[in-house]
Amino acid sequence: MTNPLRDDFPALHQTINDRPLVYLDSAASSQQPQRVIDAVAAYQGHDHANVHRGVHDLSHRATEAYEGARDRIQAFINANSRSEIVFTRGTTEAINLVAQSYARPRIGAGDKIIISALEHHSNIVPWQLVCEQTGAELLVIPMNTQGDLDIDAYQAMLDKRVALVAVGHVSNALGTVNQVSRIIELAHAHDIAVLLDGAQGVPHMAVDVRALDCDFYAFSGHKMFAPTGIGVLYARESLLDAMPPYQGGGDMILEVTFDKTTYNELPYKFEAGTPNISGVIGLGAAVDYLNSVDMNSVAAAENDLLDYMTEKVSAIDGIRVYGNANNKASVLSFLLDDIHPHDLGTILDHQGIAIRTGHHCAMPVMQFFGIPGTARASLALYNDRNDVDALVTAIEKAREIFA
Amino acid sequence: MSNEDLRELYRELILDHSRHPRHFGKLEGCTHQAEGINPLCGDKLHLYLSIEGDTIEDIAFEGTGCAISVASASLMTDAILGLHVKDAEQTFSVITHRLTQPDGDDSADIDEKFKALDGVRDFPARVKCATLAWHALQAALSGHNQPATTE
Repeated sequence: MTNPLRDDFPALHQTINDRPLVYLDSAASSQQPQRVIDAVAAYQGHDHANVHRGVHDLSHRATEAYEGARDRIQAFINANSRSEIVFTRGTTEAINLVAQSYARPRIGAGDKIIISALEHHSNIVPWQLVCEQTGAELLVIPMNTQGDLDIDAYQAMLDKRVALVAVGHVSNALGTVNQVSRIIELAHAHDIAVLLDGAQGVPHMAVDVRALDCDFYAFSGHKMFAPTGIGVLYARESLLDAMPPYQGGGDMILEVTFDKTTYNELPYKFEAGTPNISGVIGLGAAVDYLNSVDMNSVAAAENDLLDYMTEKVSAIDGIRVYGNANNKASVLSFLLDDIHPHDLGTILDHQGIAIRTGHHCAMPVMQFFGIPGTARASLALYNDRNDVDALVTAIEKAREIFA
Repeated sequence: MSNEDLRELYRELILDHSRHPRHFGKLEGCTHQAEGINPLCGDKLHLYLSIEGDTIEDIAFEGTGCAISVASASLMTDAILGLHVKDAEQTFSVITHRLTQPDGDDSADIDEKFKALDGVRDFPARVKCATLAWHALQAALSGHNQPATTE
């Protein structure tokens, strides 16, 4: 019954307050397999130099490792070309890049950008900024109390003044897997580009950007078993080609004079400055790891475990679950009696169980339900029923303390 | 850490004040007020003071937060009602110092009830919950209109 993949993750094998660690906070950040840790260490310890610059051997090795990772990431999400894989600091920077380089130059007063009621702050605030800068309007697709988006309402919003639709693939607060294919199809019928925030999608299911037919797909390394500080923006090559650079600096140029600068080819036009080389190598190793475990079987096992967790936790007296969408991944958000989620989080931590408590950087979702926050248990490919059983026991303990 | 630490953190007095906070509500005609926000947690409270001369004649707070932050606010309002402003400021210094020193400085003479908050010293992530209301108090007394935070 123990999940064999646990053995690949050294951080999971420790005690917290004399109890075995039960890590149920992967939606905030996932742990890293030994393979990723080793790949980063090998680079740091042996192959480090700047990329794309030196004629010496170390620089060549670093460049090979860096660009090799790009190729594997391209294949992993089935992008058409390596030019479509832009490295960023994370999902947040990827979305800001699209907001500033794609949306900002092409919108003005009277234009509209559509997001949804389920978004993480990183897919709200960049659009608010660009709307402030341009006078465009931000529209929000409403959701119902299950946590499902209202697709009819969305359809009614679409017209020729909408410049972009930006929605999450999977909600980090409620776990809803949005109907992204339908959302994209409807937008494309009006020639509107669609960005998917895939931070919570990539770690939990096979993602094929060509099958999805999305125009932009943003995701983060640290939610998919790689280090922090590295992420990816996938974008259609034709769109990237037409977009101005996001930042200026080294590596993103072909030629600089004081009169004029010629930008480098894709994807380097969007990678100014020395990049996060070790992060990219770690991300490449995480992709190798995910290929070795098969994302389709990971998704199936996680869905079974989410069903089990939902059933067991819901059965505890006084539990209220937030978000029971038709299609969910990884996340169970809940409250217990009138206990504030932070108090619940402290009592669970005391028993070695790591969950997230609070608003999950999705304050509008909490406002929708009229609650200050939730307790959120989130699963990854290394969790198993033992983790869920420990969670249930710990929640019952919290009830005793607050009885 | 043992279960005793948890019981210490969630003492009866803390649970009682969090469930039945004293001086909870809005204070019409207050002379001083401030908001306390913990952006990470989303805890938010609004503190109202009515100061006549140099004495805190009335006090109230409203908002949402965890058991620790609500109980701390409730205990605080109970304790500083009727105090001279200088004494309230002195209490702020003593309590925040007491709660934020990891080794615990128990030398100061404080109201017995505040010792109920001592449990947070074993829970570093929760210290900011206990000090939120106190930072709002300081902000209200200093009269600047910026919300107080514990980040």
